[in-house]
Amino acid sequence: MTNAIKQNQVCYRTFHLDQPWSLESYEKIGGYKIWKSVVAGEIKPDFIIQSIKDSMLMGRGGAGFPTGLKMGFVNRDKPGQKYLVCNSDESEPGTSKDRFILSKNPHQLIEGMAIAAYTMGATVAYNYMRGEFMHEFNQCEKALQEAKEAGLIGHHVLGSKISIQIHNLIGAGAYIVGEETAMLESLEGKRAMPRYKPPFPANYGLYGKPTTVNNTESLASIPVILEKGAEWFKSLGTEKSGGTKIFSVSGHVAKPGVFELPLGTSFKDLLKLCGGIRNNRGCKAVIPGGSSMKVVPGKTMLGAEMSYEGMKAVNSAIGSGGVIVMDDCTCMVHALTCIVKFYRDESCGQCTPCREGTGWLHEMLLDILSGKGKVEDVDRLVDVANKIEGRTICAFGEAVAWPVQSFIEHFRDEFVYFCRNGESMISGTKNGK
Amino acid sequence: MSEYQLDQSVLKKIDQWAKKFPKEQPRSAVIKSLRFIQDHYGWLSDRQLDALAKHLNIPAIQVYEVASFYSMYHRKPVGRYTIGICDSISCMLCGSHDLMHYIENKLGVKPGETTKDGLFTLEEVECLAACTKAPVLLINGKDYYENMDPKSVDDLLEKLSQGDS
Repeated sequence: MTNAIKQNQVCYRTFHLDQPWSLESYEKIGGYKIWKSVVAGEIKPDFIIQSIKDSMLMGRGGAGFPTGLKMGFVNRDKPGQKYLVCNSDESEPGTSKDRFILSKNPHQLIEGMAIAAYTMGATVAYNYMRGEFMHEFNQCEKALQEAKEAGLIGHHVLGSKISIQIHNLIGAGAYIVGEETAMLESLEGKRAMPRYKPPFPANYGLYGKPTTVNNTESLASIPVILEKGAEWFKSLGTEKSGGTKIFSVSGHVAKPGVFELPLGTSFKDLLKLCGGIRNNRGCKAVIPGGSSMKVVPGKTMLGAEMSYEGMKAVNSAIGSGGVIVMDDCTCMVHALTCIVKFYRDESCGQCTPCREGTGWLHEMLLDILSGKGKVEDVDRLVDVANKIEGRTICAFGEAVAWPVQSFIEHFRDEFVYFCRNGESMISGTKNGK
Repeated sequence: MSEYQLDQSVLKKIDQWAKKFPKEQPRSAVIKSLRFIQDHYGWLSDRQLDALAKHLNIPAIQVYEVASFYSMYHRKPVGRYTIGICDSISCMLCGSHDLMHYIENKLGVKPGETTKDGLFTLEEVECLAACTKAPVLLINGKDYYENMDPKSVDDLLEKLSQGDS
């Protein structure tokens, strides 16, 4: 029953309020209560880390690494500067969720960042937003100013010995900045080229100091988890996927939108919230977690649940929660070409397999689209994708390989047909290049 | 010949921004500093990059390599308004390619080109994180226009053209 699904319980919990972004609104729903308790010494760092572990919050940026575990990697008692970085470089195609936390609930993010920074012993935290997010940046600056004036952020928070400086930053356009070590390079004022790991950021991060990088949605979840308890948060979701997740549904649905839902919600219910497939067409395919994740045939998705294990069961992943829906008029050759072009343009150029491979893939697909494809090109596409996967410094290699492999696995006929006939199997196809 | 100087108002913004970072890390300010310069002058010339390097007291190469990496910097003059059309999957599924062709025909330019009157530069841009409101246009790298169709494009271009007069 779609009506029974409770929405906006965590990161979007202020959205029903008038001016949800203001300090006044946020305090009305109990905002900064947890931070004040932390500052007063009533909530200890060990308890915070244990609570986040127990809540089963997993990194909401796409990789899904357990947030509590990550928080524990930095030794807070080790002397020296440490940093917290909030990754607000929302850039994964299909993903439009952090944008609304930044613009409509910035105080909850500030509270989450303050708690996380204090827990790891960091006195400085950066919130790095993508270059186009000028409106969101301004909203965050306004909120930060309010928090500073209220004595919640800055030197001697609320008269205590605790100091936390938060700085809002904005980039200049590069998908790869979303990779955590590339973000650190960019913060240092360099080209955003991912670093070799190890060393991991917890040992050698920003300016070589211990650093934790978390996604916006992950950090904004922390105050609510601590307020209502790890058990409460966990029980919103399934046994293996605690809490809620924000899904941004785009593509061929009647009412595209952004929904914060309990993990484990069925795809069918999510689709209902979006008014179904537009023009009453069939659901041909879905990419459930941003364009880097594997495509899933529509029929399979209609029986799947939106959780970490549910998406694993259909051989894909929940990723960033960017749900891209394609109806039965979609030409999969055109769709894949569009996705591959993105990765070609956004490859940072550091690793040869990615830099060259993304170009080869795109050129081959353009050849197929222009009628010059050969049937053996279909296997060659998979071969090139297989040779990029696992041979790059960062996960960008997988991000381009997975769509290629999965599109051809599920829709091979369409690719072969295009190569044989020099035109799409889907009549009337005109989108795409 | 006296040495080229960046405008005082720009230098002030740069110095203010640099305070976000440790004193010994002036390089961290490069990314936003280039945007301050671009906002003021419209694009980034070599002498501005050199002047920034000098101001931050870092080697010029550290400014040049950033300016050539990130997509929002213009190393050539652009029109008064840049029109970025999202070319990524969600916008493509919702007709962004048709919209691109419509704007190309209307303005008589291809992506990367500027109209003869110097008003508009057309650009193909990658996912703008506004996928649920596709197709999306971005003006001057910061103003989002969502759920666009030929009619709303006409209205927008009209509004921007008038704003110029």
